[in-house]
Amino acid sequence: MSIFWITTIGSGIVCFFLKYLGHSIPESWLNRPRVQRINTLLPIVLLSALVAVQTFANDAKLQIDQRVSGMAVAIIALALRAPFPVVVLGSAATSALVYNLF
Amino acid sequence: MLIRPVDRDSFSISFTVGLYGAAFGAAAVAAGFSVWQACLFSLLTFSGASQFAAVGVIGSGGSAISAIATSALLGTRNALYGLRMAPILQNRGIKRVLSAHVTIDESTGLAIRQNETANMQRAFYLTGGGVFLFWNLFTLLGALGANAIGDPSAWGLDAAVPAAFLGLVWPRLTERKLFLISILAMIMALALVPNTPAGIPVIATTVIAILFGWKAGETK
Repeated sequence: MSIFWITTIGSGIVCFFLKYLGHSIPESWLNRPRVQRINTLLPIVLLSALVAVQTFANDAKLQIDQRVSGMAVAIIALALRAPFPVVVLGSAATSALVYNLF
Repeated sequence: MLIRPVDRDSFSISFTVGLYGAAFGAAAVAAGFSVWQACLFSLLTFSGASQFAAVGVIGSGGSAISAIATSALLGTRNALYGLRMAPILQNRGIKRVLSAHVTIDESTGLAIRQNETANMQRAFYLTGGGVFLFWNLFTLLGALGANAIGDPSAWGLDAAVPAAFLGLVWPRLTERKLFLISILAMIMALALVPNTPAGIPVIATTVIAILFGWKAGETK
C-alpha cells in the first residue's frame, strides 16, 4: 500500500475514533483544566509550525522564495480582516506572479 | 417547515466553510494524492485542520506515521467537542456514530451558541450535515482543478497551503501570550528542519503546548 493510501485510511480511522471517544466516555475523564489548556494550545503550535515549514522549507533546507511574498500578502489580508478565500487566493496569486516573473 | 434564524446561520457557515474544501482538494493533489484519495480523505477524516496538516506533512516529505500523528493531534479537540455535545444530543447506536463523525469546530460552535436544547440539536445536525455536503463537494472540485493544472508553483499553490494554515491559526491568537507561543513554535520547527526527518519539526512543537499548558496560568 502506498504512503498516500496509508495516510488517507489511517487518518480517517484515528480522527473518527477521537470524535467517537468524546461522545462515549464519562465527562470527568477529559474535562480537566490541564487537558483543556493543552488542547487549546495544540492547534496553535501545530498550525504555526506548519505555516513556517511550508513557507521556508524545501526538503531539509530552509530557503526564501516566492512563497514568502504570498505569505506577506496573506498576513496583510488577515490583518485587514479579509475573508478566508481572499487570504488564500491573494497569497496564491502573489506567489504565482513572483514565480512566473523572476 | 418553518425556517428559523439558526437555519440561515447553519447554511451560510456550511457554504463558506465548504469552500475551504476546494483548497484542501488542491493541496492534497499538489502533495501527490490522487483525486479519489483526496475525496476519500474528506469523507473519512472530515476535519479541516487535520486534513490540511496530514497532506502538508506528506507534501514536505514526511512519513505516513508522522502525517497520521499530526492529524490525530489536531483531532483531539473534536473529542472535547463530543464530550460537550453528548449530553445535549443523547444519541445511541448508529445515530451516535453519525453525530460523532460531524462533530467539528463549526457544528459544535454554532450549537453551543443556541439557548434551548431543540435549537442546539438543530444547529448541530444542520451545520454538521451542511459542512459535510459542501466540504466534500468542493474537495472534489479543488482536486479536479489542481489535477488539471501542471506545476503547482506556477499557480501559487505552494503559497496557498501555508496561507490556509495561517488563516486557521490567526483567529486563535486572541492574546499576546498565544501570539508569542505561535512564534516560538515557528522558530522551533524551522530550527529542526535541517536536523530531523520531515514531519518531526511539526510534531515536536507539541512539547511547547504541553509545557505552557501544564501549569495553570493566563492561558485558558
